[in-house]
Amino acid sequence: MNEMSAGLRDLRIALVGNPNCGKTALFNTLTGSRQRVANYPGVTVERKEGSFLSPGGRRVQLLDLPGTYSLRARSPDEVVTRDVVLGQQAGVAPPDLLVCVADATNLRLGLRLILELKQAGRPLLVALNMFDIARHRGIEVDVERLSALLGLPVVTTVAVRRGGTEALLAAIDAQAPASEAEAAWSAPDATGLRILQREADRILAAVVRVPDRRDAVTRRLDAVLLHPAAGLVILLMVLFLMFQAVFAWAQPAMDLIDTGFQALGAAVGGLLPQEGAAGLLRSFLQDGLIAGVGSVLVFLPQILVLFLFILLLEDFGYMARAAFLMDRIMGGAGLHGRAFIPLLSSFACAIPGIMSTRVIDSRRDRLATILVAPLMTCSARIPVYTLIIGAFVPDQPVGEGAWSWVGLQGLVMFGLYAAGILSALGMSFVFKRLLWRGQPTEPFMLELPDYKLPRLRNLALGLWQRAKAFLRRAGTIILSMMVVIWFLSSVPRPPEGATQPAIEYSFAYSIGQAVEPLLRPIGFNWQIGVALIPGMAAREVAVASLGTVYAVQDAEEDTAQLGQALAGRWSLATALAFLAWYVFAPQCVATLSVIRRETGGQRWMWFSFGYMLALAYVAALATYQGARALGLG
Amino acid sequence: MSFIADTVLTEPSAMLDLGAAPRGFRGRIRGLRAFASGGLPAEELERRLLELGFVEGAEVELLHQGLFGRDPIAIRVDSATIALRRREAAAVLVEPI
Ligand SMILES: Nc1nc2c(ncn2[C@@H]2O[C@H](COP(=O)(O)OP(=O)(O)OP(=O)(O)O)[C@@H](O)[C@H]2O)c(=O)[nH]1
Ligand SMILES: [Mg+2]
Repeated sequence: MNEMSAGLRDLRIALVGNPNCGKTALFNTLTGSRQRVANYPGVTVERKEGSFLSPGGRRVQLLDLPGTYSLRARSPDEVVTRDVVLGQQAGVAPPDLLVCVADATNLRLGLRLILELKQAGRPLLVALNMFDIARHRGIEVDVERLSALLGLPVVTTVAVRRGGTEALLAAIDAQAPASEAEAAWSAPDATGLRILQREADRILAAVVRVPDRRDAVTRRLDAVLLHPAAGLVILLMVLFLMFQAVFAWAQPAMDLIDTGFQALGAAVGGLLPQEGAAGLLRSFLQDGLIAGVGSVLVFLPQILVLFLFILLLEDFGYMARAAFLMDRIMGGAGLHGRAFIPLLSSFACAIPGIMSTRVIDSRRDRLATILVAPLMTCSARIPVYTLIIGAFVPDQPVGEGAWSWVGLQGLVMFGLYAAGILSALGMSFVFKRLLWRGQPTEPFMLELPDYKLPRLRNLALGLWQRAKAFLRRAGTIILSMMVVIWFLSSVPRPPEGATQPAIEYSFAYSIGQAVEPLLRPIGFNWQIGVALIPGMAAREVAVASLGTVYAVQDAEEDTAQLGQALAGRWSLATALAFLAWYVFAPQCVATLSVIRRETGGQRWMWFSFGYMLALAYVAALATYQGARALGLG
Repeated sequence: MSFIADTVLTEPSAMLDLGAAPRGFRGRIRGLRAFASGGLPAEELERRLLELGFVEGAEVELLHQGLFGRDPIAIRVDSATIALRRREAAAVLVEPI
């Protein structure tokens, strides 16, 4: 420890500011963390803690908070901010210093918030962030004058550049020890707000010179992307391209991984004998690990392509525009306009999607979004869809000429995504009618940020984090479920002189047989029955389980690929019913527990589990029976 | 509660509410006339609009509108662009410039 800091306790600092002004970017740069940063309001919805050593040798505990326009705390994320700023949490003292982050290119609302915070009487330091963009656009800010008019220290920062926080660090070191003043804040009424905004405008007029109030690039892009008709068409095309790409772009990498696992399986098979204890080990490695976990890992490239698209849209600034374009359609389904961003994030995973509903103020609107978010096709469903589509849908273009770039498989994939979206809209419509009849949806108000060029580093980091999370899942949940499945399908071993296939003596077979009567009407065989149960832990496990069960079953034949095994055994009707099941399939355990936490009780968790299970069964039943009636059985 | 600057009272004909403005409209805010909307009491709607910068004297421009019922709309208020519905925008009284 440095002598200077001896005797000084840690400095506790919180970052406060409008949504999307760069608080999390600053937090990441200062503490070396990797919290989510994206170009739309409402990315951060909970408090995050980190720490760093200031140049002066002082240890600083830094808090990142959700963005807000005022301390009035209208939505659950804003409550977090207010409680920290005013020290209203039980047993936690307010921070020693508030760093008020404001977007230098869009100072007006930030300045009003700073004036409101000033009334609360806490020690403040102002950071004018995105100063690089401001300079680029020729916006001039008289920092000294601003500091004098506000009576507060003001520094400029560039959160996304190394060295862009030097002035801020110096100012933190210069900060006098905090006084223990009580926070005296009361919610401003309309008159109070007007007075504050007028004062902010007066200060702005004195210190800021803006050549052009609007970013030229944003203006030109919005003329197209927010065009009433063209904008909607483009949004649809972006989504369509995304799902096509998931299918088309990932293929080479997937083939490579697949070949690798097959070679590995063959190598292991060659090394170990088929008989005795070593045979059991061989079966475990080959059928349990390589066929099971391998069948899930193959999907990594697809999941990364999907995430790449979502990250690009988020960083570019398109998410808020998509919400704008979709507002009326969402409203027709009884959803709040702001629900679109959580739903779009649910394409990746329902969990962050459900978390991000915290930006919705009204509890009812929020609950409706939480209930339907798991219907959006999350990335864990990609393996299931891809496997079945790959096995049953021919790989050919939809048509000739102009249509030759659209693959039939990609089109079916898009159809499944569309089914998810439509059912989410449909269900929210039903909930709104049945549960919350006649209660109006709260007004939609959303700031549209300027477009920004996505930063390569942010993209790479985001993709790397997703890849890591996926691999971790494969290595933990999926792996352990696979061990269980392999065990159940290999034990007990058949008695001497058994006449049936070995697997028919296993526990898995008994379990599958037990649930099969329930599943027969929807066309599922006992192998699917075995796969569905662990599929609740994580949806990909269903694929991995099928991989293991069929691998054990076909141990003698050395089947090359799960897809081929299924194509030979399932009727088209069964395959379609399986897809229909997974459009609605009850969500994974992790999603259920997030629903419980976010809704504050078990009730809505069981409700969503139940309604999705019922929908899945009915959809699979209708699909199977319909397909059979058409002669596809 | 409503707040209307006195200039308005001298030439009331020029005023309209932002919810009725066409695309490309440019004007200056003359007052807020909040009403209960979407489950929010009038006072709360007024405060939300104020917090997003819809304060008397501010310049606004109606930049974009949606396809269905020309809703929602994107309003430029000084340096910020705010999306909202025409229904709530009707609480903002503006005078063309
Ligand atoms: N060029 C530039 N971009 C920045 C700077 N600071 C942040 N950004 C970008 O601005 C966007 C918003 O940054 P975030 O850090 O997510 O903003 P936030 O304040 O945490 O937003 P919320 O969590 O929604 O309240 C991201 O796209 C960042 O990459 C900056 O200083 N310069
Ligand atoms: Mg943030």
